[in-house]
Amino acid sequence: MKELFGNVLLLDPMQIIMWVIGAVLIYLAIKKDMEPSLLLPIGFGAILVNLPKSGAVTQIYDKVAEIGVIDLLFNSGIANELFPLLLFIGIGAMIDFGPLLSNPKLMFFGAAAQFGIFFTLSLASFLGFDLKDAASIAIIGAADGPTSIFVANHFGTKYLGAIIVAAYSYMALVPIVQPPVIKLLTTKKERKIRMVYKQENVSKTLRILFPIVITVITGLVSPRSVALIGFLMFGNLIRECGVLDSLAESARSGLANLVTLLLGITVASKMRAEDFLTKETIMILCLGLIAFIFDTAGGVLLAKLYNLFTKNKINPMIGAAGISAFPMSSRVVHKMGLAEDNQNFLLMHAAGINVSGQIASVIAGGLILTLIK
Amino acid sequence: MFDINALIATLPILGKGMFGIFVVTAVIVVTISILLKVTNKAK
Repeated sequence: MKELFGNVLLLDPMQIIMWVIGAVLIYLAIKKDMEPSLLLPIGFGAILVNLPKSGAVTQIYDKVAEIGVIDLLFNSGIANELFPLLLFIGIGAMIDFGPLLSNPKLMFFGAAAQFGIFFTLSLASFLGFDLKDAASIAIIGAADGPTSIFVANHFGTKYLGAIIVAAYSYMALVPIVQPPVIKLLTTKKERKIRMVYKQENVSKTLRILFPIVITVITGLVSPRSVALIGFLMFGNLIRECGVLDSLAESARSGLANLVTLLLGITVASKMRAEDFLTKETIMILCLGLIAFIFDTAGGVLLAKLYNLFTKNKINPMIGAAGISAFPMSSRVVHKMGLAEDNQNFLLMHAAGINVSGQIASVIAGGLILTLIK
Repeated sequence: MFDINALIATLPILGKGMFGIFVVTAVIVVTISILLKVTNKAK
């Protein structure tokens, strides 16, 4: 009987808490439709790795290590940064940069909306995290899962599990996090500013040149971001070139789905109770929220500053779409615009800024890697 | 727990980071704006 039930006695209450956390993530994924493609595998993985002597993770039997499949996947796909980069090919193949190319100056709002990353870096250092851990936590503010994983993993932080859970949870919570911040920073009159969308003709040549130009410019300034921006732009080049439609389709569906599936469950290797249930995890969740709030504030405040110097006022709410959570953030801004004035259609402006935030967040990640050695 | 010196040490990174991101963005915006005009004229 001991052989059959001895393992049950090894169950730690902390592991049961991790089951509850896993169950909550699964509930949020299924019932609340919050980033289900990631929160569900992460939630299930949290249960998987927190069973006593779980064979899914590496265990020592008679002084011999039996490599668990989750650890194997981690070492093969996350420790060497492969999964986030492959996912970026798929994301690049999904994004239409047309609204940004029609009005390139929108990119400045994407840049401003990375302020939360650098602010959180300072705050996390102030709270006692060492610089590399602080940078890994701050990158939650990139609002971009692959970039968060890439940067946090590059710095070898032990908080990777908490950082990824925070990054993906807040992305799903954008419709809850952003509106109060936007309302706090704007007046009703500002939120009612109408914007006319003029569709600029974007040639196919420009669409093809865009990913190449972005890669070269970003790579020259921040060489460490070349892998990230390069794979994102490679995916976009496949999409826009017009001769690789089947590859583009494979990248945005098959490849992205497969990597997402493996990424989610693999992340769970960093969710073992002893690593995850710490006061630092709670601090990381709070810091992640602060990063999102200050990202939103950065974009909105730059838009307000812009309005001080121009005749053609823009609706400052669109600045909030500069965080890279795509397309949720642009939808949030569009809905808020319609709520103030049912004839105010901000979607295309916000989408332009939203995709620029995708690029800016990768640049910010690259700069963090360059500035922190 | 609170480390004001660590906070101060990160301020140059904050400054350089935001400056860097705006410079890169400015270069991209100017380049894309020029390309937008050139490619539209060529059509």
